[in-house]
Amino acid sequence: MGWFKRIKEGITTSTKEKKETPEGLWHKCPSCKKVLPTNEHIANHYVCPNCNYHDRIGSAEYFAILFDDNQFTELHPALQSADPLNFSDTKKYPDRLVDSQKKTGLKDALRSAVGKVNGYDLVVCCMDFSFIGGSMGSVVGEKISRAIDYCLEHRVPLMIISKSGGARMMEAAHSLMQMAKTSAKLSLMDKHGIPYISLLTDPTTGGVTASYAMLGDLNISEPGSLIGFAGPRVVKETIGKDLPKGFQTAEFVLEHGFLDAIIDRKELKPTISNLLMMFKK
Amino acid sequence: MNYLDFEKPIQELIELRDKMKQTAEKNGVDVSSSLQEIEDKITSKRIEIYSNLTPWQRVQVSRHPDRPYTLDYIKAITDSEFIELHGDRTVKDDKAMVGGFGMLNGRTVMFVGQQKGRNTKLRQYHNFGMPNPEGYRKALRLMKMAEKFNKPIVTFIDTPGAFPGLEAEERGQGEAIARNLLEMAQLKVPVICIIIGEGASGGALGIGIGDRVIMLENTWYSVISPESCSSILWRSWDNKERAAEALKLTADDMMGQGLVDGVIKEPIGGAHTNWEEIFATVKNRIEEELQTLDKLSPEQRIDQRIEKFCKMGVVVEG
Repeated sequence: MGWFKRIKEGITTSTKEKKETPEGLWHKCPSCKKVLPTNEHIANHYVCPNCNYHDRIGSAEYFAILFDDNQFTELHPALQSADPLNFSDTKKYPDRLVDSQKKTGLKDALRSAVGKVNGYDLVVCCMDFSFIGGSMGSVVGEKISRAIDYCLEHRVPLMIISKSGGARMMEAAHSLMQMAKTSAKLSLMDKHGIPYISLLTDPTTGGVTASYAMLGDLNISEPGSLIGFAGPRVVKETIGKDLPKGFQTAEFVLEHGFLDAIIDRKELKPTISNLLMMFKK
Repeated sequence: MNYLDFEKPIQELIELRDKMKQTAEKNGVDVSSSLQEIEDKITSKRIEIYSNLTPWQRVQVSRHPDRPYTLDYIKAITDSEFIELHGDRTVKDDKAMVGGFGMLNGRTVMFVGQQKGRNTKLRQYHNFGMPNPEGYRKALRLMKMAEKFNKPIVTFIDTPGAFPGLEAEERGQGEAIARNLLEMAQLKVPVICIIIGEGASGGALGIGIGDRVIMLENTWYSVISPESCSSILWRSWDNKERAAEALKLTADDMMGQGLVDGVIKEPIGGAHTNWEEIFATVKNRIEEELQTLDKLSPEQRIDQRIEKFCKMGVVVEG
């Protein structure tokens, strides 16, 4: 026999009277489900203090983490995609672009900027996964190409932060050729002896892995990031078996010799500035 | 002979011709005038069908089981003066990627390309023309050797894609392709890339950075196959025709977009109907292009090569 008994069945509070928690005050870790005040989550560089899960973040967040006092000059911010193939699937490509631009406030899937990291000059190109899955189209390739021009002209090291599902299908072969373009451009960085650091974040797959993301003088990553050429679903279908645990994680890729280091996000800035110092002195 | 669906009218005529020939031989009758009539009909049918191919039909022709493959081209072009070289010096010899030195009119050329198999056993042996990382590394080893001894490079591209297997991921498929893109951009010797069949995405591009990138008339080159594109965008393979159109992946489309440097005409009815003719055409084209490229210095070639790829893509300044 309980002490209390519900007299009226069901929820009686009307939707209007419902007391909601204000949006964005709390953050729930998608991995361990621990709840944390959002401001603490941000102060922790969007990393869960409980399970070290690295939340996916965009260019604005990476720039804020890396550049001194969040001071930087964005390079070629106005570049936008065209629609060279007049492409249309379930949606017209130009409409898809406009929708993504409205939703994200971004022009395309990559932003580049120059600024100082603990006093060292650095050009950072950072991909935004929220913009059509971080897909690499002409704008991504062109911005990287022009950022490299800046690096060559001013002899400034380059860092590219990859976060992408691969090529942008709506630009078909134009997108494919961005792999050729960025890699060819990076060969000039090699020739001139200017350092290039590639940071592969969750996820980095497809044509991005098969071009600039794997071509760093240093390839580094964040814990647990998915890194691969073919996506896990495709590999699974090919071999007709379940994939081994940890397949295509940053840790797996490091063990197989394709990463120099896996660095916690809170160590990212000091590590990068240390590396820049070592390249310089 | 194998025939595609839309080649059926040609097949019927050819079978009629063969039957007529047999009967004529058996009975000792002269049917040369009717035979000539049928031959003419076959030719006009071929012209009719092949001058109106849809993009999807061209994709089918690019995969035609009677089409010449990389080693067929190499052996014909070099008159079998070719020595195949194996291995990436690290893991193994990838049978999906072949290569070696061959003689082209008295001159040594390094040939590299993806190789498909003509029957079930050979298809498996060559892994359907889908290289693993060691295939790309073998290709790079051979190309670097060509550079060392100042020999031009010709690559033949014919692949449904880089192999998406477990070991391929473990051994760095992405890194292997990426490395080739970067290294090929800086090769000091002339590089000619010819798409002879399928040019699927990064797997094709991995041996596709050249001073000249040329497509045969009935080939395709894009970021994804029409089937995969269809399955991603429309969640089924049923829209492959539509995807083939949307991707603008034919030789003429690619030329129109400025993404390749040339198109080689195929014999009427496709390369599979007349191997000798396509071999001669391709051989002549390689010689012509090499003569032009020989006139440039290594630095000029590298600069022009990089500049060409850097111009690709369409953006709005905003």
